[in-house]
Amino acid sequence: MRAAMSLEITPVAGQSEIAILGTLGLTELDQARRRFGNMTFGRQTRLDLSGLQRLDTAGAWLLLTEQDRLRSEGVELTFASIPPHAVPLIETVRAKRARTETTTRPLLTAHELLERLGRRMVSAGAFLRDLLHYLGVFTARLLGALRRPRGFHLTSLVHHCEEVGLRAVPIVALMAFLIGVVLAYQGATQLRPFGAEIFVVELIAISILRELGILLTAIIVAGRTASAFTAAIGSMKMREEIDAMQTLRIDPANALILPRILALVITLPILGLVADLSGLLGGALMSWAELGISPAMFRTRLIEGVEPIHVVVGLVKAPIFALIIGIVGCRAGMQVGHSAESLGRMTSSAVVTAIFAVIVTDALFSILFAQVGL
Amino acid sequence: MNGAEDMVIRIRGLENRFGSHVVHEGLDLDMRRGEVLGVVGGSGTGKSVLLRSIVGLRRPDAGRIAVFGEEMTGIDEHRRAGLAARWGVMFQDGALFSSLTLRENVEVPLRGVEGLDPDTRRALADLKIAMVGLPLDAAETYPAALSGGMRKRAGLARALALDPEIVFLDEPTAGLDPIGASAFDRLMRDLVQALGLSVFLVTHDLDTLYALCDRVAVLAERRVLATGTLDEMLAVEHPWVRDYFHGPRGRAARKTSPNAPQAR
Repeated sequence: MRAAMSLEITPVAGQSEIAILGTLGLTELDQARRRFGNMTFGRQTRLDLSGLQRLDTAGAWLLLTEQDRLRSEGVELTFASIPPHAVPLIETVRAKRARTETTTRPLLTAHELLERLGRRMVSAGAFLRDLLHYLGVFTARLLGALRRPRGFHLTSLVHHCEEVGLRAVPIVALMAFLIGVVLAYQGATQLRPFGAEIFVVELIAISILRELGILLTAIIVAGRTASAFTAAIGSMKMREEIDAMQTLRIDPANALILPRILALVITLPILGLVADLSGLLGGALMSWAELGISPAMFRTRLIEGVEPIHVVVGLVKAPIFALIIGIVGCRAGMQVGHSAESLGRMTSSAVVTAIFAVIVTDALFSILFAQVGL
Repeated sequence: MNGAEDMVIRIRGLENRFGSHVVHEGLDLDMRRGEVLGVVGGSGTGKSVLLRSIVGLRRPDAGRIAVFGEEMTGIDEHRRAGLAARWGVMFQDGALFSSLTLRENVEVPLRGVEGLDPDTRRALADLKIAMVGLPLDAAETYPAALSGGMRKRAGLARALALDPEIVFLDEPTAGLDPIGASAFDRLMRDLVQALGLSVFLVTHDLDTLYALCDRVAVLAERRVLATGTLDEMLAVEHPWVRDYFHGPRGRAARKTSPNAPQAR
């Protein structure tokens, strides 16, 4: 129906009168503009609109824009015989259009770039302070709970232990097992030319117990749990549940943050231990298959050649990692605004931040242990 | 004005079911070109379901819906898209895309129009934003930063982006304060006049009914119980209709409305 009616813009009497026939709307905009652009106009031009069957706001906008353009070129374009249906439309568009002058955004100057950099730095500082704040909140609530255990949400703690600990066991165990397999296989290939296959046991044990077991566990937990914390707390924040808690004199830090982070601090070392055992198992199986090192020999070699301190060095990092993951996840949740979009953004930023922070901390630990000679 | 071509929406024997729960059964409704049709009914009478069935968000379980004389059931995708450009829907909370600014939201439907350069698109979007009475400095803001009333107006601006012939409004004044609600009513009246719109209006708000509607359709007992002008509604002898239009709120709205029918 719309497409059937076409647009015709034709000069009627020389250059002083132009008639528009048919439909002038959004789809005819380009055509009409080109037609107007190609025409020559007399100083006083009448635009006869009586043949206009349909006009929409885009069409009215174009007519008024062309009128302005021609006026700046010294041509007075007047609308004549406006059909009754188009009168209120043209008037409305004329009234509203006056306010819509284009404001083009200027290009970034060096000054603004510098300002932006400065703001980034300040917000990075504020971010670190924020993390410290939540560490403080967690510590204060933990001490409060120790002093007054009745206010502690034990059910919640158990629930979160199951969620972040027990349910992560299969994925963590599988991951560590495969890492053990990979290490054994790679080690065997590299050490065989030297006839030093037997050292593969030390290679597997030390790398898994000291570093890989706990680091990879922490990374998996950061991806799994930091995002879950942010999403859970964030959606409560979004629906004003946290505000509701405060009006009911329930402390959100006590009810939401303390049990979550505490559950993580309790379960992450256990998960690390699971990863250590599972990694050793994977390495032992692969050594047996690939190098013919029997499980009994692997065990003897493990007990004689590997100091127990490596296990301690690995697992002592776990509670620190847990704190970092928990604080980053909970803080991101509390930062969620009222839109679903901010929930998504904070969730992904929580995961990235948590993983990054875990790796940085691990590097710091490495330096520390090297310095003290462990 | 009573010819079939003047019926922009024609519904016959519509049936909608959710499992064993029947929402509509044998529902008939006509909407004429250029009229503002108010659809009222108690909670759960399927006003929104009716709206969703017409615009094709829900496939009815039985019955026929024709919009602009074209059967909507079994229509091919291409034709449906062509028809959809001729109506606009304003959802209850605006349903703005949260990752886009207000102006970008209004530009979304315009992106589908061929031969429209970015500057024109932007100017037309700004025009629509001004037409719904929003300040232009709000154009760069994201929906999360807008108030509820502004989000509704922005949703309206997006619904009007392609100059549709029919506008569907789902509870346009719900959640607005009385001043904002009557400002919205005035805005709609001006737009209906300027753009020659047909409006399908789902509402609870009696003041909006009195301010805007040419005709009212009452949904009850799974069908359209009565249609007619507000004047005619006052004479309908059905308990819900009586309670609705003769209740204290109904009386108050009637008293204050400029084109109020006289109580009989």
